[in-house]
Amino acid sequence: MTHYLDFEKPLAEIEGKAEELRTMARTNEDMDIEAEAKALDTKADAMLIDLYKKLTPWRKCQVARHPERPHCKNYIDALFTEYTPLAGDRNFADDHAVMGGIARFHDKPVVVIGHEKGNDTQSRITHNFGMARPEGYRKAIRLMDLADRFRLPVITLVDTPGAYPGKGAEERGQSEAIARSTEKCLQIGVPLISVVIGEGGSGGAVAFATANRVAMLEHSVYSVISPEGCASILWKDAEKMREAAEALRLTAQDLHSLGVIDRIIPEPSGGAHRHAKQAIAEVGKTIQALLAGLSDKSPEALIRDRRKKFMSMGKRGLEI
Amino acid sequence: MNWITNYVRPRINSIFSRREVPENLWTKCDECGTMLFHREISDNLFVCSNCSHHMAITPRERFDALFDGGIYVDVPVPDPVADPLHFRDQKKYPDRMKAAQKKTGEKEAMLVGEGEIGRTPIVAAAQDFGFMGGSMSMFVGNAIIAAAERAVELNRPLVLFSAAGGARMQEGILGLMQMPRTTIAVQMLKEAGLPYIVVLTHPTTGGVTASYAMLGDVQIAEPNALIGFAGARVIEQTIREKLPEGFQRAEYLLEHGMLDRVTDRRHLRDELVTIIRMLMGMTPPVQGDLPAPEDTPQLAEAPADKPKK
Ligand SMILES: [Zn+2]
Repeated sequence: MTHYLDFEKPLAEIEGKAEELRTMARTNEDMDIEAEAKALDTKADAMLIDLYKKLTPWRKCQVARHPERPHCKNYIDALFTEYTPLAGDRNFADDHAVMGGIARFHDKPVVVIGHEKGNDTQSRITHNFGMARPEGYRKAIRLMDLADRFRLPVITLVDTPGAYPGKGAEERGQSEAIARSTEKCLQIGVPLISVVIGEGGSGGAVAFATANRVAMLEHSVYSVISPEGCASILWKDAEKMREAAEALRLTAQDLHSLGVIDRIIPEPSGGAHRHAKQAIAEVGKTIQALLAGLSDKSPEALIRDRRKKFMSMGKRGLEI
Repeated sequence: MNWITNYVRPRINSIFSRREVPENLWTKCDECGTMLFHREISDNLFVCSNCSHHMAITPRERFDALFDGGIYVDVPVPDPVADPLHFRDQKKYPDRMKAAQKKTGEKEAMLVGEGEIGRTPIVAAAQDFGFMGGSMSMFVGNAIIAAAERAVELNRPLVLFSAAGGARMQEGILGLMQMPRTTIAVQMLKEAGLPYIVVLTHPTTGGVTASYAMLGDVQIAEPNALIGFAGARVIEQTIREKLPEGFQRAEYLLEHGMLDRVTDRRHLRDELVTIIRMLMGMTPPVQGDLPAPEDTPQLAEAPADKPKK
């Protein structure tokens, strides 16, 4: 069963009707509904294209958080071979909100790290909805160190509502862990490519996305604060998330025009969740292209490149 | 810009900028309720003389008390693009900026100065919680970078006083991008072998703690300062339990191994001098009152008329 977002309601009705017709036809052989059902399909397709062509920032947030959107695990399974998860921060625990390890990407060994949200109730709890604790960032630091020592490029997949707001997380140094992870991103002498595949939630995203090249899926978002959080602070009303999403300029398109990200990866019509395979393949192509562009750089040049990228950020605003 | 505005003015500013407050002004300590003379609190570095509660102190007040003779030179900070997102909530961002500037008399939420403390040359940066909650804006990022670059140029340590609720929402992703940018500033200091000392003051939270405020060689906090990543209310709503007494306070963080020291503001300056002189391989500080320096050569040398790159 497809999970429809609130703005997809008209679409749900049409697709539901087509489905209903086809179910009826299966039990009643005299009925000839195919023409009618086809017409509904065409109508639904057109509506889908139309809806996704002009998604508002808030709708993009909803799409980015869609429960059926492909997650880190799906990308790793489809794009990498010999994936060998490596666990733990060697200090306190293994954080399941962050997955990572060594794998091959187009036969070349790499380190892959990402936030995993889970895809059903049980796995969402296991992965803590993609909200990492300090151990998750410290695991990432360890994996980046490993990559640096063995000259393996690092690919990070960002998909988190933010770092976990918990008592233990604070006690064990959530802020320090994030700061160190960002610092590590800047220190490694290997290519670092980051793709925001869903939600880029604040500092929890920066800790992985301080990369040589940052790409975002067309309907993913990356923001200093969630629209709900921003609305409750600045509008004193969490229900004003639509306005906040608009004001925050958190879409891939906004970030591209602000010079914060390098690439927008197109999503299939109706979003990555409707055609996961296609979306994942597009991400794979982008990673490959971005890696190729960095392949001849020395470790020093890679570090310099990353620094320059972030130091020169903010030299321009949105031209409206 | 000329010699007067660049050289003399900052100096005079720093000497005479102490807020002129009527003698009879009373302030109530928000911790113990004691009525205190404004002059008395200001002489006591805005620490309650009854209960030692540390009240807010502006960057200028702090620098006046920190630097020898209250003398320091502002380090210029490059201006970023103003209002890059054309942000508007219930108010326009430029209007909020103007209100903050009017309220504080400062241009932005971070002040950078160079001078000497106990005859020890340093660069200092202080965040102003009174200016839009001290929030980390592009200017704040530029200020930290300018402070680090100046410290490297002069071969001095950087002392940073943090105070912020996080990144500035009105600058959206560009506010958030100050996390990596300020981390690069810290790396510059480390590469130059210069101490970077962070003094966390009340409150320091969010993206600020998750970047430059937690990357110091030495981490000192003022007593009872609130320090954390997530807000206590958000945590309570998430974990559905009450947080313990003193949670996210300086002493709690010290107990959990997240800080080196918690130091009373009235002893902070001496402590900074002691630590910096050891880390910089200098002779021990002279105890007691120093004679007034005959000359302040570091001021004359400061190329204040050269804009920073
Ligand atoms: Zn008191």
